[in-house]
Amino acid sequence: MKPAVHREKEIAMAQFAALFRKDNKPVRYLVVDDSVFARKNLIKMIEMFGGEVAGEAGDGLTAIAEFNRTKPDIVLMDITMPQMEGIEAVERIVRQHGEARIVMVSSVGYQENILAALQKGAKHFVQKPVKPEVLYEILRYVLSDDPAAVGAPVAFAGEHRS
Amino acid sequence: MRMELIQPFINAADAVFAESLQAPTKIVDLSMDEETYRRKGVAALIAIKGDIEGRVILDLSPEVALKVASHLAGAELPESEQVVRETVCELANMVIGNSVTLLNDQGFRFKVFPPEIHMNDTGLSGSADTEAMVICLETPCGDVYLNISMHYLHRRRHERDAVHSVG
Repeated sequence: MKPAVHREKEIAMAQFAALFRKDNKPVRYLVVDDSVFARKNLIKMIEMFGGEVAGEAGDGLTAIAEFNRTKPDIVLMDITMPQMEGIEAVERIVRQHGEARIVMVSSVGYQENILAALQKGAKHFVQKPVKPEVLYEILRYVLSDDPAAVGAPVAFAGEHRS
Repeated sequence: MRMELIQPFINAADAVFAESLQAPTKIVDLSMDEETYRRKGVAALIAIKGDIEGRVILDLSPEVALKVASHLAGAELPESEQVVRETVCELANMVIGNSVTLLNDQGFRFKVFPPEIHMNDTGLSGSADTEAMVICLETPCGDVYLNISMHYLHRRRHERDAVHSVG
């Protein structure tokens, strides 16, 4: 008999069709959060969506170095971190790599924070605790690069865009 | 004790644990505490200063913290002080983050300090808060305690503006 957490994981994985890049390769993610616990939680979801973890970072400075090293398809970026906060890291990454797709993931969902991140070049925002179905929809949207989808509303805490 | 200041924290704790564990949670006890705070397990204390001031303590046993961490990681995690510390810290950040977002959107401006984690016998023993609300939340992983002491220091900005314009 498998442990309960393994059974739950299998059931959860079956709920989501794998997300792929346009060349049909798995999507590669850079996960940035100062909490190892939060990173593990996001990595679990990435695996549920059929993705690969290209790298991890615990602060904004390391995130920039890891972005340059791994060239991920998507960055999941916390806001409040030591050394360099997420919004400044977004600005620096986007300045060098205009095509970067960065999704902010934070417990704090102040309108000012969200707007600042979007103005610096982040593509979307999701509030913790992250619901897998909400993150999945956001990733699908961000990966679609569909001009018709530009302007779709940001999903705030508890909201689920269908 | 102003319930309108306490309610966002209760709602946020309920939502964070229910959503994180994908299971319903229940408030099983709610009481006022005028005694020195007595920690039940591993506690994260977060201080708030600004228009409203006070502190929130999230308190849970190491066993409960480990169960929550294992659930969120999707794998049984080994027992370790670091995992427990990280888990309590991140749960506290999520509860506080969600509640201060609501309060901020209501017009309150304040600074939130990073969580202080207390695990050993010396932590939090000297807390002398005069009045706090204690909430016990029943989750599938075990009981979680929230101890909230919060008061107004200033009126909200739009209320201050209204008072000035009348005066």
